[in-house]
Amino acid sequence: MATQPDEVQAALSRRYTAGFVTDIETDSLPPGLDEGVVRAISARKGEPEWMTEWRLAAYRRWLTMKQPDWAHVNLAPIDYQAISYYSAPKNQPKSLAEVDPKILEAYDKLGVPLHERARLAGVAVDAVFDSVSVATTAREQLSKVGVIFCSMSEAIREHGDLVRQYLGSVVPQGDNFFAALNSAVFSDGSFVFIPKGVRCPMELSTYFRINAGHTGQFERTLIIAEEDAVVSYLEGCTAPMRDNNQLHAAVVELVAMDRANIKYSTVQNWYPGDENGKGGVYNLVTKRGDCRGADSRITWTQVETGSAITWKYPSVILRGDRSVGEFHSVALTNHYQQADTGTKMIHIGRDTKSKIVSKGISAGKSQASYRGLVKVEKGAVNARNHTRCDSILIGKRCSSHTFPYMEIKNPTAIVEHEATTSKISDDQLFYCRSRGIGEEDAVSMIVDGFCKQVFRELPMEFAVEAKKLLEVSLEGAIG
Amino acid sequence: MLKIENLHARIAGKEILKGLSLEVNPGEVHAIMGPNGAGKSTLGNVLAGRPGYEVTAGSVSYDGRDLLTLEPEVRAAAGVFLAFQYPVEIPGVNNTYFLRAALNAQRKARGEEELDSMQFLKLVRGKVKDMGMPPDLLNRAVNEGFSGGEKKRNEVFQMALLEPRLAVLDETDSGLDIDALKQVADGVNALRSPDRAFVVITHYQRLLDYIVPDFVHVLSAGRIVESGDATLARELEAHGYAWVREQAHAEAQA
Repeated sequence: MATQPDEVQAALSRRYTAGFVTDIETDSLPPGLDEGVVRAISARKGEPEWMTEWRLAAYRRWLTMKQPDWAHVNLAPIDYQAISYYSAPKNQPKSLAEVDPKILEAYDKLGVPLHERARLAGVAVDAVFDSVSVATTAREQLSKVGVIFCSMSEAIREHGDLVRQYLGSVVPQGDNFFAALNSAVFSDGSFVFIPKGVRCPMELSTYFRINAGHTGQFERTLIIAEEDAVVSYLEGCTAPMRDNNQLHAAVVELVAMDRANIKYSTVQNWYPGDENGKGGVYNLVTKRGDCRGADSRITWTQVETGSAITWKYPSVILRGDRSVGEFHSVALTNHYQQADTGTKMIHIGRDTKSKIVSKGISAGKSQASYRGLVKVEKGAVNARNHTRCDSILIGKRCSSHTFPYMEIKNPTAIVEHEATTSKISDDQLFYCRSRGIGEEDAVSMIVDGFCKQVFRELPMEFAVEAKKLLEVSLEGAIG
Repeated sequence: MLKIENLHARIAGKEILKGLSLEVNPGEVHAIMGPNGAGKSTLGNVLAGRPGYEVTAGSVSYDGRDLLTLEPEVRAAAGVFLAFQYPVEIPGVNNTYFLRAALNAQRKARGEEELDSMQFLKLVRGKVKDMGMPPDLLNRAVNEGFSGGEKKRNEVFQMALLEPRLAVLDETDSGLDIDALKQVADGVNALRSPDRAFVVITHYQRLLDYIVPDFVHVLSAGRIVESGDATLARELEAHGYAWVREQAHAEAQA
């Protein structure tokens, strides 16, 4: 069957539903970056001296680095002096009741379970509005079992020793250009600490949201699971519509001690730009987990549908013997979106295992690349890896690429890689339609089937959300 | 119910149907036979609304509506069903989910109430039993990993579930062993009713031993060149399609 590219195109245009702007007063720093700005950020957050110095060290390191260009994306030069590095809502709230109703309304539109809904649903929400955490729920319940779940700013003030011990221990300040920038200017983020032997009693969830225009957002998240601790953390992101590209350079660090288990799930729906490739978020993120203890496990699950440019590789360092790293990813690109995403699995300990499942969906004129590294160090006896990368193309003007890298230094390693690329065929679409299923429903049904392997890994409520998000992102995708 | 008049259709610029006319009434079973390349599958695809086929002349009315202007899913809701010659695999999409989505989409389009999952499960399990389908069918993905025979039987199973008013079977018999052929025929015969019509497209006569048609039409070079009752199929089997071509040729000369 011949394809119908024009109809395919027509179907791909749909409005971004999270594209509204909340009109609240903000306390922003003027654009620009120098040591004074770094100090000002630190001062506004009331940080101790060691933190200020840590930021400054990162800033000085950053000055010596160059923005990398190896990713398979077209990234326009970023003017780092044109960005404002701090933006916070005025009148900081002390409780949910004090939260600006407009902010709550914004979350409401996005369907964030705030207020009592959160507690009833068993979800604790640490909502980050622009740079400052505005609300944290269910903390009492968590603190009873010794779990700390708070904003990074608060953690720096209240749990300085823990932060100081772990911050930068997985992603060092000088790890890469964007990590260095983040280390210098990070605004807020989440901090999670699960003490020994504690199974976190609820799913922890954070919704990040960029609001003010021309504001870079630099979250810093740190999750520590001590021996035998178990935690599942969900991160959801949406951003309102803006014409200028917004920079989002987050750093996430996970530390799993002996037998600890961390599951980190992301649904990323930053503004992708319009159908002509104008605007959209640059999502340049460093996420890394460290299986520091024996028999520990870290699982990354991500559903990436947003951003003009996504550049991220949630990775696992398999340091502890018998530790396990998993990466499950669905990345959807449409219009002019570009995604270069994948993972790194670094096998160091004995009998370590990693599993990679990557599903890429490209439509419009977008391009999606999988880039993955499996590295087996000398001492990693009996390392095992299985990688599966599938791509599906919708229409004729998109592309998909796979860049698998393997560095094997131990002969006992078994590393497997499978990859497929397919098209949503007109045959599949017609088959569904001839049974009475409309074409948009058919497309989302086919794509959903394609992603099933990954969706199974998401916590229940997230899987539903992810499915909806794909439907929304593909609405009108095919004709 | 279905009235095709002087239908001309082409695909990729090549004219395949060249003035086909056919009338089908409720309760009737019409067999369309013909050599390879005669336009049999094109007829099925045009009726179901497959993109890529261009109708250049003629008309198709179904229940008084201009069928050709309707989207494929609208035709389905109106009761038109095509059993595919090559059923399509949809990996990861569960059969039960697919069938329920299809049935409910059709019911919704017709203004009928949609079935909830319990109602649907009851219905679909009953059909699985009636049709002698393997029970694990419902847990598998649509046609994924099915053998050729299973795919064809699944088409008939879908037909039984969706209960169309006009079913077009496009070479549903091809590639089937004799047992599967009988099962397919039993499925079709069980659905025969005074208000349902079938257009059975086949290359071979043997299917028509099991599905006895009211009318047999011979399609050649894009037109129906011969029509008759079930005995025509046997004559064809005996003489081959060359015989029809000669006859058609002789008629044209006369």
